[in-house]
Parts: sequence; C-alpha cells; structure tokens
Amino acid sequence: MALEQQLTNNETSQLHNQNQGNEILVEAKNIKKYFPIKGGILKHTVGHVKAVDDVSLSIKQGETLGLVGESGSGKSTLGRVILRLLEPTEGEIIFDKEDISHLSNRKLRNYRKNMQIVFQDPFASLNSKMSVGELIEEPLLVQSSATKPERKQKCIDLLEKVGLRASDRTKYPHEFSGGQRQRISIARALALNPKFIICDEPVSALDVSIQAQVLNLMADLQDEFNLTYLFIAHDLSVVKHISDRVAVMYLGRIAEIAPKKPLYDNPLHPYTKALLSSVPSTDVKHRREKIHLTGDLPSPADPPSGCAFRTRCIHAHEKCALERPELTDMGDGHYVACHLYDQGR
Amino acid sequence: MQSNTESTLPTEPENLPETNAKKHKSPLQLAFQRFIKNKLAVISVFVLLLIIITCTAAPLFTDQDPVATDLFQIEKSPTDEHILGTNGQGQDNFARLLYGGRISLIVGFSAMFFTLAIGVLLGSIAGYYGGKVDSVIMRAADIMLMLPFLVLVLTIMAIIGEVTIGLFVTIIAITSWPNLTRIIRATYLSLREQEFVLGARAIGASDLRIILKHFIPNAIGPIIVNATLMMATYIIVESGLSFIGFGIPQPTPTWGNMISEAQNIRILRDHPEAWIPPGVAILVTVLAINFIGDGLRDAFDPKSNRR
Repeated sequence: MALEQQLTNNETSQLHNQNQGNEILVEAKNIKKYFPIKGGILKHTVGHVKAVDDVSLSIKQGETLGLVGESGSGKSTLGRVILRLLEPTEGEIIFDKEDISHLSNRKLRNYRKNMQIVFQDPFASLNSKMSVGELIEEPLLVQSSATKPERKQKCIDLLEKVGLRASDRTKYPHEFSGGQRQRISIARALALNPKFIICDEPVSALDVSIQAQVLNLMADLQDEFNLTYLFIAHDLSVVKHISDRVAVMYLGRIAEIAPKKPLYDNPLHPYTKALLSSVPSTDVKHRREKIHLTGDLPSPADPPSGCAFRTRCIHAHEKCALERPELTDMGDGHYVACHLYDQGR
Repeated sequence: MQSNTESTLPTEPENLPETNAKKHKSPLQLAFQRFIKNKLAVISVFVLLLIIITCTAAPLFTDQDPVATDLFQIEKSPTDEHILGTNGQGQDNFARLLYGGRISLIVGFSAMFFTLAIGVLLGSIAGYYGGKVDSVIMRAADIMLMLPFLVLVLTIMAIIGEVTIGLFVTIIAITSWPNLTRIIRATYLSLREQEFVLGARAIGASDLRIILKHFIPNAIGPIIVNATLMMATYIIVESGLSFIGFGIPQPTPTWGNMISEAQNIRILRDHPEAWIPPGVAILVTVLAINFIGDGLRDAFDPKSNRR
C-alpha cells in the first residue's frame, strides 16, 4: 500500500510516455522455446519442457510492456529469448525492423548495444570480483572505442544518474545493499545508451520501500533516455504503475494482453481475474470478490490439451479441452485467449 | 531527478556521509587479509621462503661441488670440510642437500605450473563450452585417471630411457592434469548458471573475455589451493620415484636421490647424517606447503569451518 502511494507522483510522467511514438521497436512472432528433457541410458530426448509456447507480442518505441505470470510461466525465458541469450526453438524476433532471430553471435554483438537486461537477483547479477567502476565500464570497454578517461567520466555520470556517488566507483559489490546493487545493474545496462531494456523482475528481490525507489528511478530514466521497457514481474501492483500495456502469461502462453487501464478495470480472462482478485486493496468499496485458484500450475512438459488454464478454470467447458484458444481482439487493443469470448466471432 | 522521490521516501543508507575515505578492498585483498591472520600459514610461508632462499643461494653456504667425486673420501663421517660427511661416491652431502633442494623445488614448481596450464586450458574449454568438447575432454581425463599413475610413469620412463628434469616435469604434468581439470570444470559449471555470466553475454562480451574476466577470477580460490597442494604432492612424487631409481638420474642431486642412497643398510645404520637431513627437508617443505594450502583455502572460502 505504501508502494502505491509513493508511486502516484510518477503517474503523470507515465501518461505522456503513452502518447509518444507509435513505431514498433521489438516484435516477437510465434516464439517457441522448448527445453529438451533427456532421459534413459543413452540420454536421448524423452520430451520437451514447453517454457514458451507460441507467443507473439510487439512493443512500441518508448512504451513499457508489463509481463506478468506466476513462477514457471515462462516470462523470464521469453525475455531471454527476445535478447537472444537463449536460442528460440521457433519464431522470429524483429528488433528495429531487422530480423535478429538468425544472426550469428558475432553480428549480434552490434545489436547488444541497443538492448540490455536488468536481472532479478542483484546479488547474483554482478560479478563480485569486479569493482563498480569495472562493472559499469565493461560494456563500454567491450562495445565502444572510448578511452579510459572517457569511460571513467561516463561511469561517474551514470553513477550520479542512478543516485549513487562518484566515489562508489572504487567500491566492490559486497559493500552495497540490494537496492544499491540494483542501481549499479541499471547503470551498467544504461552504459551503452540502449533503446530497449528488459527488466527481469528487477524489484522482486527488494524491500517494498526500496522497490518504489527503484521503480521511480526506472520511470525517470525512461523519460530521460526515451527507453523502451519489457517489464517482467509476478506482482501485478508493481507492473500497474510502470506499464503502458500489460501481458499476462500462463504456462508459456499469453492469456491476455491489453492497455493497462482496461486490463485492470475490466479483465476478461478468468486467469487475469483471479490474479487481480488476489491483489490486496485498501479501497473498501471496490474490494473485489476473491477468486481462489485451486491446484498447481500444470507441468510445462505436459501441458493440458486445448486451453492451458482449463484445469484450474471455473468456467471450463468441453471446447476448452479440445481447442487451443487464439488471442482474439476485443477492441481497443485488448486481446484475450479464451473460449468464453468466442460468441462474438 | 531524484528530488521527488527523496522527499516522500525514507532514505537508503547510501546517502549517509562517508566517514573516512578508506581504501576499498577487492575480494582478493580481503582474502589476503584473512590469510595473514592465519599464524600457521604465515609461519609456513616464512619457512618455505627460508628453504627456497637457502637452496637458491647454495654457493654462499658451501664451497663444495655437489657432483664432484673424491674417491679418497667415501662414506666419511662429518668433518669440518664435509659438514654432513660424504656419500658412496665421495660427494659432499651438505652441498648435495642444498643443490638437491634446488632441483626438488624446481621440479615441484614447474610441474605445478605445467599442470596448471593444462588444467586451466582444458578445464576452461570443457566447463565453458560444455557439450561434445566437454565429453571428449572428460573422457580423456577418465582414461588418464584409470591408468595407475606409478605404472604409467614407470612405463614412460622405461621407454624414454634418459630422463632429464624437463622431461620428468612433462611426464608428471601429462599424467596428473585430470584432477585439476575436473576441479576447474566443476567450478565453471556452477558459475555458468549465474546471472552475471548471462549479463556479460548480454553486453556482447567475447568468450575469451568472459573466461578471463568472469570465470577465472571467480574460480581462483579452488585453482590456487589445489595448485599449492599439488606442488607438495609433486615433491613427494619426485622423491618417491628417485627412491626406486626412476627419478632424475645420478649424479644430479635431489632430495629423493639422497634418500635412495640410504637403501644401503650400512649407510642407514652408520651414517644417519646422510639421510636424515634430506628426509627432514622433504618433510618440512611438504608440510609448509600443505599448511599454506590450508590457509589459502580458509582465506578464499570464509564459510569453511575452522577448527
């Protein structure tokens, strides 16, 4: 709740973001990522974990797309596939009008300047043997021809941008708290002036008060550098404040994708409804009826036939088991993959 | 840019004024600090240094030639001229002790560096790339480990015949790389899953850079500790092989060669001054190296239990 209040003063800056730029920067088309399961004496493939199963989405220049889903829904995998840190099993990734899904690692290096990632765990994502200066300057060293004093200056600028001190440059990661480390990660991601940053649950490892600080920082930086974010989180309230549009993932598929307001005010997919009902609210009048999901997330190695959510859905009927629902446009950019909304077609 | 957030939020401790401008220590410096707190390890460092210096500066301590034979001075008891007496060829035992230490230490050090080079190279390739390369290297390591070390070394030496120091070191290195390779590979496998490695790939760092800047510095603890302990083993291996006559051939003095001369029961009984000093030298050197290795292990891994 404290988080919500602290975040409201950033709402205004978010709004003007929404209006700028309609160019699509990142597009993922029918992405599939299957991890083989090896078994038997000869270590042959006995099955596949379908971490991402036919997902398409596009992100416009300057916008923030929130990506929510519970653990194991494939959201982090999707993010890594988009950055080509993992090879997609199938599908196309288009970045800045260029198909990067088949580029060799060598050619990909040029694109890495424009797309960066901030990881979830600030304790694992920074090499503890490198000083803050080395960490932030490493992208410059790898990608640009900047001289040593130039790199140092850039590093100091970045440290100040993310709310740290120039003197922190000589420190080591173990001397910082989680929130500060996440700021270092952000500075490192910003070093190459990227266009697109994937934020892979950047605040879920942090304390609530520090979450708000980091989120505000990210929103400020987005304004300043005209960044495009893919913001991955498992927490709907975090995503609500930073996103322009939100996609909900379930078992490697997108259940619903919509601009923020319609998604939060009028969720269509039963899964989104259940997720939203679990967000605690201080507003007594608007308190939603709680929908309790029973059972666990089915195994992505053996997903249910038809609609992946049908095993936990209270509205499931025969068709759900037979046919996989496609994402359907319900108007105003609100897409939902659910057979409940088939009548209109 | 931060102003609107700071007014509404409790400040993080990062905004506290820095009280003193102390030097920030890297993890390696912190490990060194922990190491010098370990008394036994520090004493061992000094003992080892003393041995190294004494052996290196051998001509300062004795005028005798370690290989010159004097047939009039065979198996003599200590005199002013020959502090530790002479051996069966009339060579001065004290000179042989000092010059032999040189060879034993050189063998230990160079075999360690050789093994380290092979181990780091193969371990890095196997651990970083994985897949088929990894399988090939690890199967080769398994085959190497399967062969009994002593039999293998004896066979190679028997085929080669004339053994020089360089050859001896090479043989030790190519027969004992699998252990270190396995350790390095295992360390890499756990590092490979860490996010900072993915982060390095995300900025477009080359494989070589990731290995040199991200893997090796994070695996340096196990590498140094095992290399140190390996060196102690190699000194013993050298002595052992020399004792059974398959080491560095006479007349080159080594500690192992000196002890092997004591296979003669007469020397064993009547001339303890000929074989006790090299034995003690081996014992002290190996013990010191092992203590240093243990100290390094504790220093690099503060979580390990101290007794």
